[in-house]
Amino acid sequence: MSALIERPTSGPSDPSDPSGPAGGPHRTLLSRLSRLKPNLETLPTLAAVVIFIAMIVYGEVAYGRIVQFNTISNLFINNAYLIILAVGLTFVILTGGVDLSVGAVIAISSLVGVMLANAGWNPIVVVVLMILIGSAFGVASGVLVQYFNVQPFIATLAMMFLARGLASMLSTTPERLGDDSPLRSLSTEITVINGTKINDLVVTPNVLIAVLVVAVAAFVLHRTRLGRTVYAIGGSESSALLMGLPVVRTKLTVYVISGTLAGLAAVVYTSKLGIAQNITGVGWELDAIAAVIIGGTLLTGGAGFVLGSVVGVLVLGLMNVLITRDGSIPPEATTIITGGILLVFVLLQRLVVSRKRKT
Amino acid sequence: MALTDAIVEMEDISIEFPGVKALQHVDFRLFPGEIHTLMGENGAGKSTLIKALTGVYKIDGGSIAVAGEPRMFTGTADAQSAGISTVYQEVNLCDNLTVGENVMLGHEIRGAFGINWRKTNEAAREALVGLGLGHLDPKQPLSSISLALQQLVAISRAMVAKSKVLILDEPTSSLDANEVEGLFGVMRRLRDQGVAILFVSHFLDQVYAISDRMTVLRNGEFVGEYLTADLDRTQLISKMIGKDFGTLAALGSNRGRVAAPDATPFYSATDLGRKGSIDPVDIEVHAGEVVGLAGLLGSGRTELGRLIYGADRPDTGEVRIGGVSAEVHSPIAGLSKKIAFSTENRRDEGIIGDLTVRENLILAVQAERGWARPLSRREQKELCDKYLVELNVRPADPERPIKNLSGGNQQKVLLGRWLATNPELIVLDEPTRGIDIGAKAEIQEAIAALAESGMSVVFISSELEEVVRLSERIVVLKDHRKIGELVNGPDVTAETIVDLIATEGSAA
Repeated sequence: MSALIERPTSGPSDPSDPSGPAGGPHRTLLSRLSRLKPNLETLPTLAAVVIFIAMIVYGEVAYGRIVQFNTISNLFINNAYLIILAVGLTFVILTGGVDLSVGAVIAISSLVGVMLANAGWNPIVVVVLMILIGSAFGVASGVLVQYFNVQPFIATLAMMFLARGLASMLSTTPERLGDDSPLRSLSTEITVINGTKINDLVVTPNVLIAVLVVAVAAFVLHRTRLGRTVYAIGGSESSALLMGLPVVRTKLTVYVISGTLAGLAAVVYTSKLGIAQNITGVGWELDAIAAVIIGGTLLTGGAGFVLGSVVGVLVLGLMNVLITRDGSIPPEATTIITGGILLVFVLLQRLVVSRKRKT
Repeated sequence: MALTDAIVEMEDISIEFPGVKALQHVDFRLFPGEIHTLMGENGAGKSTLIKALTGVYKIDGGSIAVAGEPRMFTGTADAQSAGISTVYQEVNLCDNLTVGENVMLGHEIRGAFGINWRKTNEAAREALVGLGLGHLDPKQPLSSISLALQQLVAISRAMVAKSKVLILDEPTSSLDANEVEGLFGVMRRLRDQGVAILFVSHFLDQVYAISDRMTVLRNGEFVGEYLTADLDRTQLISKMIGKDFGTLAALGSNRGRVAAPDATPFYSATDLGRKGSIDPVDIEVHAGEVVGLAGLLGSGRTELGRLIYGADRPDTGEVRIGGVSAEVHSPIAGLSKKIAFSTENRRDEGIIGDLTVRENLILAVQAERGWARPLSRREQKELCDKYLVELNVRPADPERPIKNLSGGNQQKVLLGRWLATNPELIVLDEPTRGIDIGAKAEIQEAIAALAESGMSVVFISSELEEVVRLSERIVVLKDHRKIGELVNGPDVTAETIVDLIATEGSAA
């Protein structure tokens, strides 16, 4: 558990970490935490971690059976697709943009995938196609934003309607993936630690994919020039241009990354649920944006961490678990609580930004 | 310095914007190991020339050669890869990143595991030490260091890029005397290393302190290239201002005409201030008087102008208009008290580009009357006829979109917009910035005539000569506070004001 919590603020955010981005070693944790202290930019992410821990503690005390393998396993298995989406949106939001199309892209991508798989296509070809559909929408958004000077909100809104419309033209009824489809193997449960009774630590290939995506994303953001340019654009796009950074190429790339990861999220989600429908993924773009913001990424760009977004997803996921366990809170109220948490984080960010202005 | 040595050679450069000849047949040469200043009044074409060199603007005529090869850059990035770096007046860095990250952006040292941050930060430190900035920690956030240091960080960026040409576009405008000295030290150090430095500054003292040679531009035209030692200040100023100097000097006829001391001023404010924008100021403007606000960029002159009009809400102070206590907390209140304000930001806060000259001209009158009582066509036409002729707007076509007019004529329309409201006090913020010298003279004449007719004028300009020429009294501002007030007279010159600002700075 502890490794999970420490990572967002230690590993990749520390430039001098010699052991690579995803391996957050514990040995110097204390010294690192103290070094992070004065950095206001990590404050919202730290706050997300604190809230996450508080939720775990509260859940364990009030309802029990939270800090145990199968709860944690399910948290990751159920939210793997959202983690992947949130990683993609982190890139876009870091540049100061937004991508509203990802939910609808999942609908079209998973519908196409299920229909082709049921038609007997090679599963590898199907998976690649599903991902490429996402990339294509990302390219379209990026080109609109960068070359036609359309605002990201509008460009990706247009792509959202386009993707949703295409999905509805394909089918308006749920398409079921064949029970014997090889695609389903991505959600095979692999027991890592065999606990007592049903309390096993379980992962699926989907979870591993999500973890890999997070690791690669953290590497790209903190250890490549592309990543640094993403932060520079978010800090000040005009400065980045005047500094001679490849702003155009980078902004295009972030939308392609976001679209591609939406395609990958479609693969992960479809393999888990086995059903695709034209209304799949309605509102998921907003869930992902909420996770990114809760994870401490500034909506105006320039500050934030991929691992923060993962914490954001886990906060939202755990909240659902707690509400289910509580039983007295109607599930319909979930969105109100999500909204409340989001508001608190945005206010926290305003505070950070205004503090920074003064210094 | 033989011609063949030039690292940058621009010949016969011409650039035209719609309706404006921004540069005409300008030559410019830059040699390794020299500091070369580009001189000229506002709007003379200094920035345009720099942008032509770095490829931000396309040239319509002429040729550019770098290190002997003809080049045509597509933009800043392209110019930078050819070894030409630019540091702007506004620091263009990312304050969400650390000092080291800013220095190394785009030049990070990479290894098998992506960017090697240890080596990258070391390289950043080396670059900083090379400029005598060893005390800066590459890991500290950029936002934690002063603007002056940020400027030097921007220069170290250029050094990491191994630039042979460094363009410094008004780098000193927001620095104090010590910071300027620090910057000059760095510039000399780089010059001795063989870097060619192109320097732009408005401050004559600085230009004479640092530059080896200068190229003078006037009104988009090439005046000449001189060794600094060969040209004294008077010669330089007359070359910058040109033949029109005489006509402008004639305007100063009514300066020094002070209102009777016992008369009630039209506008008076005590302790007028706003937190974070300007410290409390006392100011009086009599009828028929031009009060100049002088100070450097960012000294608070615009902020004071905005408070007088009510564009920003003052937090402190008492305002009396015609001797009666008044509250001017909004533009509408300003207008109703017969106060008008013409902005320095002509393009964003002044004109509405897509509307016609007529529509732009009537805006303030219409706003004052309210939407329920639209001006009739006839009234609109009368206003247009009156002010287009009176202010000599060319072309005098009220139905032309204002964006197609030259800057000077746009400014005249804006002046007309406010005069149409029949103000008794008009605040003019940089009304002559970036316009050609002919229009400048016309606007100055118009201002003098307005004062003559009994209107009170608050005149803000970054050109001190202009302030001295037109004002009866001059309020001098620095660092967001009033540091003095001068009654204009024969012995008051731009230098008097500069001295006041300079001595106040060293005392503080």
